[in-house]
Amino acid sequence: MKFKFIEEKIAKSVMIFFALLVVGFVVNIIYTILRRGLPALNWDMISKIPEGGYYNGGGGGILNAIMGSLYIVLGSTFLGLLVSIPIVFYLNVFLNKDSKLAYIARLAFDIMFGIPSIVYGAFAFTIMIYLGMHTSLGGGILVITLLIIPIFIRSMDEVALQLPKDLLDATYALGATKLETIKVVLRQIAPGIATATLLSVGRAIGDAAGVMFTAGFTDSIPTSLSQPAATLPLSVFFQLSSPNADVQDRAYSAALILIFIVLVISVTGRVITTHFSKNKI
Amino acid sequence: MFTITVASILLVIFIGLGLYLKSVPIFEHNSFWHLISSSEWKPGKGEFGFLPFIAGTVWVTVIAVVLALPVALFTALYLTEYSRSYIRRWVFTALDILAGIPSVVYGVWGTLFIVPWISEKLAPHFVEYSTGYTTLAGGIVLGVMILPLLISLFVEIFSAVPKEFRDASLSLGATKWQTSKYVIIRKTLPGIIAAVILSVSRALGETIAVLMVCGNVTIIPHSLFDSCYPLPALIANNYGEMLSVPMYESALMLAAFLLFIVVFIFNASSRAVIYKIVHSR
Repeated sequence: MKFKFIEEKIAKSVMIFFALLVVGFVVNIIYTILRRGLPALNWDMISKIPEGGYYNGGGGGILNAIMGSLYIVLGSTFLGLLVSIPIVFYLNVFLNKDSKLAYIARLAFDIMFGIPSIVYGAFAFTIMIYLGMHTSLGGGILVITLLIIPIFIRSMDEVALQLPKDLLDATYALGATKLETIKVVLRQIAPGIATATLLSVGRAIGDAAGVMFTAGFTDSIPTSLSQPAATLPLSVFFQLSSPNADVQDRAYSAALILIFIVLVISVTGRVITTHFSKNKI
Repeated sequence: MFTITVASILLVIFIGLGLYLKSVPIFEHNSFWHLISSSEWKPGKGEFGFLPFIAGTVWVTVIAVVLALPVALFTALYLTEYSRSYIRRWVFTALDILAGIPSVVYGVWGTLFIVPWISEKLAPHFVEYSTGYTTLAGGIVLGVMILPLLISLFVEIFSAVPKEFRDASLSLGATKWQTSKYVIIRKTLPGIIAAVILSVSRALGETIAVLMVCGNVTIIPHSLFDSCYPLPALIANNYGEMLSVPMYESALMLAAFLLFIVVFIFNASSRAVIYKIVHSR
C-alpha cells in the first residue's frame, strides 16, 4: 500500500480517537458528578435554607443559593434583553451593512464577550465601594447583565444579519417607518432571541467570579435588591472548601443540581428554538 | 437606540480606564517593571511582586492550549471533512453540553478526577510526592474548558473554505488527509492562529475552576507538578481583605487591569482576523 494511504488511515484514526475523547470528557464529567453527588442528594437540600451550623455538618439545604441564582438569572436576563434588542435592531435596520459604527460596535461586543468575569466583578466592586454600596442582589444582577449583554447581542445579531433585504423593503413599501419594521424583525429573529437567552442563562447561572464580589453570600433568601444573595456556584465552592466530609458531599450534590438545571435549560432551549423557527423565511 | 449603542461601546473603554485609575496609586511606590519582575509578595510590608502570578497564569494557559490544540484541530477536521451528519450532530451536542457546564463544576470534576489521577497515577513516575493540586491539573481542566470554543471556531473557519478547493485537490489524486493538510490547514492558517489567540484570552481569565485545582501557592512553578497561583485566583482569593491593607486594593486592581489589557489586545486582533476570513467567502 502506498504511504499516503497508510498516512490517511492513521490520520483518520487519530481524528476519531480525539472526537471520541471529546465525547468521553462530557460523559466522564457528568458521571463523576453523578457518582459523588447523587448519594448525598435529598429533598432537604433543595427545599430548605441552611440551618445553624450547616457548614459544620448541620441540617438544612441550599434553597438560599438556588433562589439567589434564580433571581439573578431572571433579573439579568430581563435587563439584558431590554438593552440588547434595541441595539441589535439599531445595528441591522438603521445602519448600513458597511457602516463604520456597526463594525466598531460589533468588535466592541466581541471584546466585551472576551473580558473575564472576574474583571467585571473587580470593576463593579470598585464602583460599588465608590458609591458606598454593600454586596447585594442588585449589584449581582447588574454585573451578570454586563456579562451577558455581549452574548445576547452577538447571537441575535448573527441571525439578524441573515435578514433578507427584500423583506425590509416590502415593509417600507407598505408605508411602515423604520421603527415599525421592528414587528417584522422581531418575528424573524425570534429563534435568535431564544438561542441567545438560552446561552446567556447558562452563562449567568454558572458564573462565580463576577457574583463573588458583587452579590456576596448569605444563608437567607434575599427579599429586596439591596440584600446580599447567595448563588449556586459559590455555594458549591464554599462547601467544597470545608474540611468536613459531609459538607463536601453536599457540595457535590449542589454541583449536580447546578449541572441538572443547566442541562434542562439547554434541552428546553432547543425545543423552543425549533418551535420559534416556524415564522422564519 | 444610538445612545445605548454608543454607551455600550464606551463601556469597554470606561472599564479599562476605571481599572487603570484604581491601580495608579501603586505606581507611586514601585515602578511598573519592578512590579512585574519581582517575586516578593508581602502585601503587609508593601511588597507587591507579580512575577509568580504572571508565571502561574502563563504556565497554566500554555499547558491548556498545548493539550487542547491537537484535539480540537483533529476533531474539527473530522467533523468538517470526514464525518457523517448524524455523528456530527452527536459531537455537536456533546460540545454544547461541554460549553454549557459551569466553571465551578469543572473545578469539582478537577478535584474529583484529575487531581487524584495526577497524584496517584501520573506524578509517582516523575516526582517523589505530589498532592495533585498542580499546574498540570489546572492546565488539563482549562484545556477541556476551551475545547468547545476552539472546535466551534475551527469548524466555522474550515467550513468557509470553498468546496472547489477540496475538489481540485482530490481530483489531483490527493487523499482527504493530504487535502486537509496541504489545502484546508494552509488556507486557514491565519484563522487558526486567531482562534488560538482567542481561546488563550478565554483561558487567561478563567478563575474559579483553575483556583480549585492548581494549589494556590505563591511560587514560580518550575515543573508541571509544582503548585501555582494564577492572577484571577489572586484577585478572587483576596478581594475580602484588600480594603484592610494599604495599597492592596491598588495591587489587585492592577492585576485586573493587566488581565483586561492582554485580553483586550488578543481579542481585538483575533476577532478582526476571523471577521475578515468568515466574511470574505
